[in-house]
Amino acid sequence: MANDNQLLKARNISKSFGKAVIALDNVQFDLNRGEIHALLGENGAGKSTLIKVLTGVEERDSGTVFLNGKEIRPKSTQDAQNEGIATVYQEVNLCPNLSVAENIYIGREPRNKFGKIDWKKINADAEELLKRFDLHINVTKNLDNYSVAVQQMIAIARACDIDAKVLILDEPTSSLSTVEVEKLFGIMRRLRKEGMGILFVTHFLDQVYEVTDRITVYRNGGYVGTYQTAELPRVELVAKMIGKDYASLNESVVAGQLGEEKAAGGEELIELCGVSSPGTIQDFNVKVRKGEVLGLSGLLGSGRSETARVLFGVDSVGKGEMKLKKEKVHFKSPLDAIRSGIAFCPENRKTEGIIGDLTIRENIVLALQSKRGMFQKISKKEAERLADEYIEKLEIKTPDAGQLIKNLSGGNQQKVILARWLATDPEFLMLDEPTRGIDIGTKAELQKIVIDLAKQGMAVLFISSEIDEMLRCCKRMIVLRDMRQVGELKGKEISEEAIMNIMAGGEK
Amino acid sequence: MEKTKKKFQINNISLLITVVLFVLMFAFGSVKYDNFFSISTFLNLFNDNAYLMIAGIGVTFVLITGGIDISISSTVAFTGVFSAYLLQKGVPSFAVILIVLVIGIIVGVAQGALIHYFNMQPFIVTLAGQFLMRGLCVVVSEASIPITDPFFKSMALNKVAIKLGSAKAASGKLYYYVFILLAVLLISLYVLKYTKFGRNVYALGGNETSAKLMGLNVARTKICAYAISSFCAALGGVVFSFYTLAGYGLQNMGMELDALSSAVIGGTLLTGGVGTVVGTVIGAMIQGIIQTIVTYQNLNTWWTKVTIAALLCFFIVVQRIIAIRAEKMKGKGESDSYK
Repeated sequence: MANDNQLLKARNISKSFGKAVIALDNVQFDLNRGEIHALLGENGAGKSTLIKVLTGVEERDSGTVFLNGKEIRPKSTQDAQNEGIATVYQEVNLCPNLSVAENIYIGREPRNKFGKIDWKKINADAEELLKRFDLHINVTKNLDNYSVAVQQMIAIARACDIDAKVLILDEPTSSLSTVEVEKLFGIMRRLRKEGMGILFVTHFLDQVYEVTDRITVYRNGGYVGTYQTAELPRVELVAKMIGKDYASLNESVVAGQLGEEKAAGGEELIELCGVSSPGTIQDFNVKVRKGEVLGLSGLLGSGRSETARVLFGVDSVGKGEMKLKKEKVHFKSPLDAIRSGIAFCPENRKTEGIIGDLTIRENIVLALQSKRGMFQKISKKEAERLADEYIEKLEIKTPDAGQLIKNLSGGNQQKVILARWLATDPEFLMLDEPTRGIDIGTKAELQKIVIDLAKQGMAVLFISSEIDEMLRCCKRMIVLRDMRQVGELKGKEISEEAIMNIMAGGEK
Repeated sequence: MEKTKKKFQINNISLLITVVLFVLMFAFGSVKYDNFFSISTFLNLFNDNAYLMIAGIGVTFVLITGGIDISISSTVAFTGVFSAYLLQKGVPSFAVILIVLVIGIIVGVAQGALIHYFNMQPFIVTLAGQFLMRGLCVVVSEASIPITDPFFKSMALNKVAIKLGSAKAASGKLYYYVFILLAVLLISLYVLKYTKFGRNVYALGGNETSAKLMGLNVARTKICAYAISSFCAALGGVVFSFYTLAGYGLQNMGMELDALSSAVIGGTLLTGGVGTVVGTVIGAMIQGIIQTIVTYQNLNTWWTKVTIAALLCFFIVVQRIIAIRAEKMKGKGESDSYK
């Protein structure tokens, strides 16, 4: 396939971290001019590592990378940028204390012949550039005045404006709304027309089929294959990504629906009666029964996470009361909630959940330790037993429990956090976006775990932006809008359409 | 435009409070004491604190990157002692100044390199630097060495008369060495606002990982910031020897904290990313005015420290409140950004 159109050619790339973790094992990647090429795979497949190697954040152990027929070996992001490789990362990597315009141009500021930075030009150019993205904002304001979605668009604008031949988009859409994603796709198509090669990583298959030309799949650090998007059916793609039969993936879905019948009549475990919390939720009446998975649906900012925070004692109950097993309770802090058998996996894994420099084992026993109190030591033996038990139960992919959690992939980190809470033996488990940024395989596994837990009698509160996932897991669903409870759906009433209607505030 | 204005105020509220506070203190002194209200009182703030302001401006660069430099007081002292020693040995004054400034840069580069390449805590590295330079002071000379060099003397004694009217209060004097401070201030202002390096300093303080991923040269920026800090400390030391006409190894103990508090009172965040050199100078002026009031009141000079402690507390709390408010405002008002 040696053609003139070839822009980037990566051959037999290997990279390992320490001895235990082989992140990339002899993988290939090709990118043509004027092409959008999806790089797909489960978490831990090696996508991020390949990107790091291409952008100079990590150095490859072996293999070759050719750009325009010339071998490159970038040692820093700066090197990569000079070669013409620009990158947008999943988490916004800009400086919050600088203005929007400066964030776009820093590092290559227009200067006059004495080296003085031309602020007028920076601001004018930034405004002009953002206009192409339909972003009409005050570019002289500091970046942290704007929402994450806007920041992400600014990061993309920065990358596009760099004189790049290769644009790498590492899950840029995870914090964007549908409208913003459409805008981004418009821009990607335009850049493709202009001859840029775009490497696009995403977890949304719809997006892959909407915008990409070719797909390369990695699995567990190995190369699976490269395919024309139009010629690869979805089911096959999924099968290649997870290396499992599609049928077994469906099984978990069916299992969820079976669970529906049985658990409906469980006893009430926790209840909110007319609860309002200052500044957030208004007049909530929520009951969660033993053995059920209750879903909270709603758009971002509708009060989903806020409800969980009240239940967990993070935010205070302003008006109304909370009942646990029919008795009135008042949680002053999360510790009270933990001691009462409540567990909460928060939304933001990186900042609120994992402690990267501790081992898996230490991360797992954390919550149990605080439940027991500072002076009740958990013996090393017990910690080891717990860690091994959950590594096996939740199929956490790691060589051993002594690995630092930051070396795991996102999905496996999420499992460790789940294990942490399960170790406290909770009666009531709250999961806020447990599968965000996780590949389909692990997603399905996590969903199955949740359903199984409910079957064993646990009450689960499940929060997710993905309606598909909610449909699969929940047999009862409360719909929220603007910090208010606007509807409840049960069993057969639950459908994508019904939820959307209530969420959007439609009357029909 | 309305919005821009509002933002401007929030960004500069610490600085604004500082300026207002300075004016209030000056007014207080003028009302309370005879002969306080005069140009000369104002100009003396610079005459007496020029060395502190210069060192403070240098350390502000480091603070903006999110680091800290506590070695500067020893560097100031070492510069003083070593200059006096060299002059005593008959080395010409210009060579002396050049030598001590180069030593300053070397110390700064070494500290910055250790901090960056070995990923060490700036506090510990510069603490070591502080001990080293203070120790070297005593190695050079245990006793105070007087300076008799004519150039140093002329810098120490010559001043420019400034007259704004015929009244006694309307005239004052600025020593020559204050103009070094003004030059440092103007150059720093320009560097921070209009050069790549200056903007990288802010980016580094905002988010080091981001700065790296945006392709900025983090290593060079960080090391340069520490070099500037030590260079300014050495220059401050030169000005200090103009001021005192002597070099003594135990001078300026704890002066690094005066410089740091000047910066904080002037609105620099110790977490990095935010700060101005003008703020630092005004912060030092506030400390100067407190000192003046304490002298007029005939109090123990330690009252200066007590007052500054209270002020520092106040400013740190104000900064936190501003930060928390900004956090709450975040995300509001950009919903209309898509049109």
